[in-house]
Amino acid sequence: MAYSDEARASYGRDLEAIREAGLFKEERYIRSPHAANIEVEYPAGAAGRTVINFCANNYLGLSNHPEVVAAARAGLDRRGYGMSSVRFICGTQDIHRELEERLTAFLGTEDTLLFPSCLDANAGVFEAILNEQDVMIADRLVHASIVDGMRLCSAARDTYKHGSLAHLEEKLQEHQDKRYRLIITDGVFSMDGDLAPLAGIVDLAEKYNAMVFVDESHASGFIGRTGRGTHEHCGVLGRIDIITTTLGKALGGASGGCVSGRREIVELCRQRARPYLFSNTVAPVIVSGALKVMDLVQASTERRDKLEANTRFWREGLTRIGLDIKEGDSPIVPVMLYNAKLAQDVARDLYGEGIYAVGFFFPVVAKGQARIRTQLSAAHEMDHLERGLAAFETVGRKYGILGKNKDEIKDMYGL
Amino acid sequence: MDELKKAILDYVVHEYLDEDGDETITADTQLISGGIVDSFSMVSLKRFLEKKYAISIPDRDASPEAFDSVTRIAALVQRLQQGK
Repeated sequence: MAYSDEARASYGRDLEAIREAGLFKEERYIRSPHAANIEVEYPAGAAGRTVINFCANNYLGLSNHPEVVAAARAGLDRRGYGMSSVRFICGTQDIHRELEERLTAFLGTEDTLLFPSCLDANAGVFEAILNEQDVMIADRLVHASIVDGMRLCSAARDTYKHGSLAHLEEKLQEHQDKRYRLIITDGVFSMDGDLAPLAGIVDLAEKYNAMVFVDESHASGFIGRTGRGTHEHCGVLGRIDIITTTLGKALGGASGGCVSGRREIVELCRQRARPYLFSNTVAPVIVSGALKVMDLVQASTERRDKLEANTRFWREGLTRIGLDIKEGDSPIVPVMLYNAKLAQDVARDLYGEGIYAVGFFFPVVAKGQARIRTQLSAAHEMDHLERGLAAFETVGRKYGILGKNKDEIKDMYGL
Repeated sequence: MDELKKAILDYVVHEYLDEDGDETITADTQLISGGIVDSFSMVSLKRFLEKKYAISIPDRDASPEAFDSVTRIAALVQRLQQGK
């Protein structure tokens, strides 16, 4: 038998080791569309329970917006369900190109190419444009999909300390002998919720003749005055060479991603990027919904303004009740608990209070940096936020962490 | 050996620790398993060692175990310098 007893036992031991390390991931079954309130079946087989969702990337509340759903349904009728092809054989409809043009205008770039996901965009873009004569210099906290994409590329790799312009400058100086230098960063970092110092990065790029890549997955649609992203927020629209982003978070939350940027780079991705060449096209129903999303985000800033107000209220509220949060401007608000077990216990008790938020700990974040990551949405109303704060206060009091700083929490629970 | 360890330790502190952090490390601090250096950012340490000590570190020697402390890294450098 090809799948031997030895293989089965070995894989079983691997799974047991994951469980023993406290890293075993379990899915929770959601029985409702995405919204501020969701019905969750947890543990599996339990009766459904309505909880307030504080862990979705549904930043603009568009994941189940009636106009987006209607546009997707109409797209299904007009363009069908599947394309049964990659893009370059017979998988490109007029609406794919239309969405690419809309994204180009929104992001302020020269051209855009859709990918099945932003993970695929990040997996494909580096090897399409760089080779062993070049170097990629990445912030140390970039998303895992960027790390994977860099590993697939033959260019030299280097990293700089998270957000450190001084360290980045050292690296740029060190790699002046390379043909091309590509600085790689997230716009908003998904675990800390902080923004890359893009103005400084772009200035360094110009000083040291480097290109700039930014993953805007946790920014597109809501960061910046009109929601165009971190580059708008930092005043560097038009100065970013490559942007990757997703349609799977604020921009409808379904799936799909893109590479957007300099015309020749995008065209090289069309010619060479393997996830584009060898994976199915984004389904017409998703493209149709995404076109409506672009209408909505470009017609009004109302939703991103509400998200900004919700974020401010939430950050101020958590600080007022005495919780230790990571400072920042984004709707990703980590509540720092430092100890991994404490993060798991607090998340479990929050769920008991009707709040769905998840604990993160090593290796997802650095050792001793365990936290509950909360995420705000324009779908949250004031009542949701007040109930969320009340739950955090109740649970925080139970564990004696209100008003305590890192050292005090460390003394109580260890790292 | 002590000089070698000190040079590597200085590099690790400069390259991987936050300037404003309160973390301190010694030659025996666990770097990889302790979460200070990850496999993604380990590449700059490897490049530093190869350039400064004029050695080539084969992939099989650039393991997380061999890079897990300054003491172990110094031992690896010494071994490669001796052509073993």
